[in-house]
Amino acid sequence: MPGVLVVTEIKDGKLKKASREAFSIGRKLAASAVSDMGGLLFDASAEDEAGRYGAKKVYVANAGEYNTETYTAAVVQVVKEMQPSIVLFAGTSNGRDLAPRVAARLGVGVASDVDRLEWVDGKLRARRPVYSGKAFATVEVIATPAIATTRPNAFPAEEAGGGSPEVVNVSLDAVAPKAKTLETKVPEAGELSIAEADIIVSGGRGLKEAANFSYIRDLAHAIGGAVGASRATVDAGWIDHQHQVGQTGRVVSPNLYIAAGVSGAIQHLAGMSSSKHIVAINKDPEAPIFRVADLGVVGDLFTILPVLTEEVKKAKAH
Amino acid sequence: MNSVVCISHVPDTESRIKIADGRKVDEAGVKFIVSPYDEVALEEAIRVKEAKGGDVTVLAFGPDRAQQALREALARGATKAVHVKGESGDADSLGIAKVLAAAIQSIPHDLVFLGKQGVGTDNALVGPMVAELLGYPQVNVVTHLEVGDGKITAHREIEGAEEIIEASLPAIITAQKGLNEPRYASLKGIMAAKKIAIDGKSLADLGLTDGDIYNQRVVIVSMELPPEKTGGRKIDGSDPNAAAQEIIKYIKEEVKAL
Repeated sequence: MPGVLVVTEIKDGKLKKASREAFSIGRKLAASAVSDMGGLLFDASAEDEAGRYGAKKVYVANAGEYNTETYTAAVVQVVKEMQPSIVLFAGTSNGRDLAPRVAARLGVGVASDVDRLEWVDGKLRARRPVYSGKAFATVEVIATPAIATTRPNAFPAEEAGGGSPEVVNVSLDAVAPKAKTLETKVPEAGELSIAEADIIVSGGRGLKEAANFSYIRDLAHAIGGAVGASRATVDAGWIDHQHQVGQTGRVVSPNLYIAAGVSGAIQHLAGMSSSKHIVAINKDPEAPIFRVADLGVVGDLFTILPVLTEEVKKAKAH
Repeated sequence: MNSVVCISHVPDTESRIKIADGRKVDEAGVKFIVSPYDEVALEEAIRVKEAKGGDVTVLAFGPDRAQQALREALARGATKAVHVKGESGDADSLGIAKVLAAAIQSIPHDLVFLGKQGVGTDNALVGPMVAELLGYPQVNVVTHLEVGDGKITAHREIEGAEEIIEASLPAIITAQKGLNEPRYASLKGIMAAKKIAIDGKSLADLGLTDGDIYNQRVVIVSMELPPEKTGGRKIDGSDPNAAAQEIIKYIKEEVKAL
């Protein structure tokens, strides 16, 4: 039984959190299938870290910066060499760009954006949210290798305490890609993405106008979280679409989700109700957001948020 | 500059989802709409046509009701429509991608547009799979597009940043919200659309067999609704200081985040 391969992403010499999560669930799958886990690294810097997360063997492919076509070729080359039963990708932008392309080249399927994974009777079984979390589908991946992309924040990242892995340097076949990245732009410095954030502070129509997103931003900065938004505020042009939570936005599951002035339309609830802890602040005691909130505060966000922001700053200063 | 836009027909985002047979969505009483990201894809193709000329062919794989989605797209400004008849719900993403790739090859094109994902199934797999099957470059989750001579420059949304990518044509673009503001169909457009015949094709017309398309590699074994949440503690927030203290206490003690 030839094992699990985790395709990783590295940033500043370290595994991205989503890759550490993929390693952690990959190790469990490898254990239940009585096999080993390997990792594919596109940069040698994280070899030992991969070992600590349980990779027995790492394939190092110096394919340069991310490029769909060159990375697809590299993954397929390593899959052919290792012959894994399961290939996991972290469900980041690049993981979700790459996995379907690799799958189509191998003629297999992908369980996309999964939040549970098990090895049952020799098959990979995955749970994935559909309709942005209005329902959950359990799928079986039949073809080999079985490919899945793991939803960020859905699996805890846990070190295994392993040592240095065996390193295989992959000599890559030449590829002439038809697309290339000219430039990467980081628009607002220090701004966290809601996709991978541990804490999200979201604003809705209750903010009344675009400028009042400052209430949300101030709390988000103080607490170290990302800024989220309801569809109504995005449609009104108060904030950029990349902040939108819900169906037609991002489906998120942070550790803490604070919703202020968000009434909780069905498509918004679908996108955030799997968050581990939910705090809602809303003037309307009947607002649907309170149905999913662990702590609901019936009150005025314009008076509560500034006090809360100051209290968070005090708590952080200690 | 000819474009193909792949359109899927999905349950309205405002619908409540019910489960049928424990493994699929109950379609009874559900209103179907053009998938919202596909609307953005269509709008972009129409803008390219308005700037550079050429055709915009909308392509759908699905049962008879998919024709409604194609009519809607024609009313907004697409110039041709192709309907591949079949039970797209019984195919997995690679099966659907094979149908689309085969159909695209029968249509003149420089650019192929899809939504970044079908709303509902939320797989976000078909676009890159079509790109691979056709051997084309892909730019996924696009928020800005410029079409040049034999190439495109597209902005791709990634976590907290964007990449500017240049790709040769033909290429696959998957559209993100924010790329444009889709127009509504005009009355004139609706009338004009009625005169355009939808080109119906079967899998066999495309040289495909049912086995190619319906033998799934990813099979849905069950579907369930999330447990109904009843909500937790609700407190009165009329005193902002007391409310803030309660929230801080909750974050410290239960979330353990401060």
